[in-house]
Amino acid sequence: MKYLHLIWAALFRRKARTIFTLASVMAAFLLFGLLDSVRAAFGDAGNSVAGVDRLLVMSRISMTVSLPQSLLPRIEAVPGVKEVAYGNWFGGIYQDPRNFFPNEAVSDNFLDLFDEYEMPADQRAAFRNTRTGAIVGAELAQRFGWKIGDKIPLQATIFPQRDGSNTWTFDLVGIFHARDRKEKNRESILFFRWKYLDESRPFDRGRIGFYVAQLADVNQADAVAHAIDAISANSDHETKTQSENAFNRAFVSQFADIGLIVAGIMSAVFFTLILLTGNTMAQAVRERIPELAVLKTIGFSNRSVLGLVLAESVLLILLGGLIGIALAALIVPVMSTQVRGLLPDQVRLATWLFGIAMMIGIGLVVGALPALRGMRLRIVDALAGR
Amino acid sequence: MRKLLPNLAITLALLATAVPLAMLPWPALLALAIVLALWMVLSHRGQQTWAVTRVGLSTLGQRLGSSSVVVVGIAGVVGVLVALLAMGEGFRATLAETGSDDTVLVTRAGANAELNSVLLHDAVVQIEQAPGILKDAQGRPIASPELVVVASLPRQGSGLDANVQIRGVGPQVRELRPQVEITAGRYFEPGLRELVVGKGAAEQFQGLELGAQIRLNNQVWTVVGTFRAGDAFDSEVWADADIVASTYRRGNSVTDVTVKLVNADALDGFKAALAANPQLKVDAETTRAYFSKQSEGLSRLLRIVGSVVGAIMAIGAIFGALNTMYAAVAARAREIATLRAIGFRGLPVVVSVMLETMLLALAGGLLGAAVAWLLFDNYTVSTLSQNFSQVVFAFRVSPALVLTGLKWALVIGFIGGLFPALQAARLPVTTALREL
Repeated sequence: MKYLHLIWAALFRRKARTIFTLASVMAAFLLFGLLDSVRAAFGDAGNSVAGVDRLLVMSRISMTVSLPQSLLPRIEAVPGVKEVAYGNWFGGIYQDPRNFFPNEAVSDNFLDLFDEYEMPADQRAAFRNTRTGAIVGAELAQRFGWKIGDKIPLQATIFPQRDGSNTWTFDLVGIFHARDRKEKNRESILFFRWKYLDESRPFDRGRIGFYVAQLADVNQADAVAHAIDAISANSDHETKTQSENAFNRAFVSQFADIGLIVAGIMSAVFFTLILLTGNTMAQAVRERIPELAVLKTIGFSNRSVLGLVLAESVLLILLGGLIGIALAALIVPVMSTQVRGLLPDQVRLATWLFGIAMMIGIGLVVGALPALRGMRLRIVDALAGR
Repeated sequence: MRKLLPNLAITLALLATAVPLAMLPWPALLALAIVLALWMVLSHRGQQTWAVTRVGLSTLGQRLGSSSVVVVGIAGVVGVLVALLAMGEGFRATLAETGSDDTVLVTRAGANAELNSVLLHDAVVQIEQAPGILKDAQGRPIASPELVVVASLPRQGSGLDANVQIRGVGPQVRELRPQVEITAGRYFEPGLRELVVGKGAAEQFQGLELGAQIRLNNQVWTVVGTFRAGDAFDSEVWADADIVASTYRRGNSVTDVTVKLVNADALDGFKAALAANPQLKVDAETTRAYFSKQSEGLSRLLRIVGSVVGAIMAIGAIFGALNTMYAAVAARAREIATLRAIGFRGLPVVVSVMLETMLLALAGGLLGAAVAWLLFDNYTVSTLSQNFSQVVFAFRVSPALVLTGLKWALVIGFIGGLFPALQAARLPVTTALREL
């Protein structure tokens, strides 16, 4: 630590070069901060704390195939199941397909199972009592400027109305928040009453897209899942029951292997960064050979010279890298509302820690050769300029 | 301050020239290069420039380490950019090739995707009777009523469940889509629970090899063949529509009908006839329009991601190039001052440093594009389509994308070379000569 001043002076000996190098390092870690956040956002899908006590029951063939309503009492009767809700994916479009947000028809008790949402009791009651009632997340309401009492028309893609019309109009009766206010991504969804869907659609009546079973004891998940699947085994509506996290993990993996893409880009970035900063450090040490020799002459040991150069290169990368991730931390919250679901609300602690580990690692790698050169130089030769 | 203002002005002028330059099509760029070459051969200034450039290039060998920073830095930018764009291009091209202008997809009005659509038997009959449909040798309209459903199967490798699209097809589908050819086994027998599996689906999912059996809704289906279509149908599994309907309990309904028109001009008449029929509530569009629309979102997303990632990497590469070229100019300070002293003007010096940087940038761009091509051209991946199932597609590193990458490289080289070049021209001759 007492040499910090010396290292700092060496680092800014050539201001322009150091600042250009810092800018490159900064750009690399800005990109790292952004991409690792994207990866984290997708990784979240299968590792949520909320929902560990919920099982999703869907058709074994595929999630697009519906199940009979008659399964409801039988699932409710399975020991270890506390409460069962159900719903249908609706896939409605608001004005333009580009306005995409999930919308589902759900049973009246749906929100009771999802305690990560909170909504005032009077709005809960209104939802149960309004035939065409709908509730939306606060984020979604804000996006389209909806207020309670508004009428929201959705264009159906799957279920037309019985009269053949494709327009379903809902009355907004409630706005819910994520209990953890930071989880804005959870708020971009619309729910309406399953009963309204079922009595108004021309086909598929009495059929349900998915059941959600709440567990009395989380540790019983596997046993309960087996028991639920056993109900319909060998029938023409076999089910597949899995934890919500397992479902989300599989679903997200269907889009793309985000981890692989991010790893690919980052290896290209860090490879070029190592070469670039390695060149800077090599230049810096080459120019300072006589100075390093003087340091040795006045009593610095070989090891301290090695340490000085290594510390200089680690400091260079740390400086640029921390500025880069800090920039990412400024950008991510702004962008996460623009690109829904692609970015988390902030740069995670894990990203910071992984980034800092990378900085120190890269700093040591690029400093190693110049530092060894500095350590091995012979005072007489160096002072003579040989 | 004295240096800052001109530099700021230069930066603005730079952006004003670099951006339109990047927009130019390749013939214009080629013409520009030829004009530059002619200038260097014919005019006096140009010959001076060429001489200075040659001296610079001949000393490149001594600056190999630092010059490689420019090359590799830019290769990284171009490699990542081209790879990401190639993914979007591959997806776009696969879907665009799946459709044609003379086949029309008819779905329930507002359905948006085949999976969401439902057409009852009566509607199918009426659609097939609309005018403009090509007739086969027996005089029947060439049309395939299809039932598109989804099955969840474990994926190769990860073992996680993913969706595969099962397309129940009508008897005339082979005439409708002649690009489909059986590569192993045989075509399914109508009326039996038999499947033919697309090449992409067979590679992506477990248990779809020839002779394998899968259970759908407690019924056993046998894989009797594999096929290749060279487009998005490769990601699908085909079977007899009627049998799929019974397994999925769809009665006599289908999801959509695809018909072949006598020619692309018959589209308007066909659509008008459907619209005029009060018993039908359907949307009709060419299969090319339908499949192209499906790729828009992802292609756009990848273009944006590619540009943002490329731009951030480019900033890093520009500063790397600046460092290298400033060092190069400093190393050649005496030589440049000597040239100035014996009568060489500023312009040839500026242009020669720029040329050197641009050449390094071009080498980097070619290297990056080559690496992207070697690693990713035809690299197969899959993603979720609007039909809620996996579409397999291959990265496509097209010449146009390589050109885009090279343009990026040249712009980076241009910006990274200009300031050091001006520095070289501004060197005070006397002090530079005295420098060691």
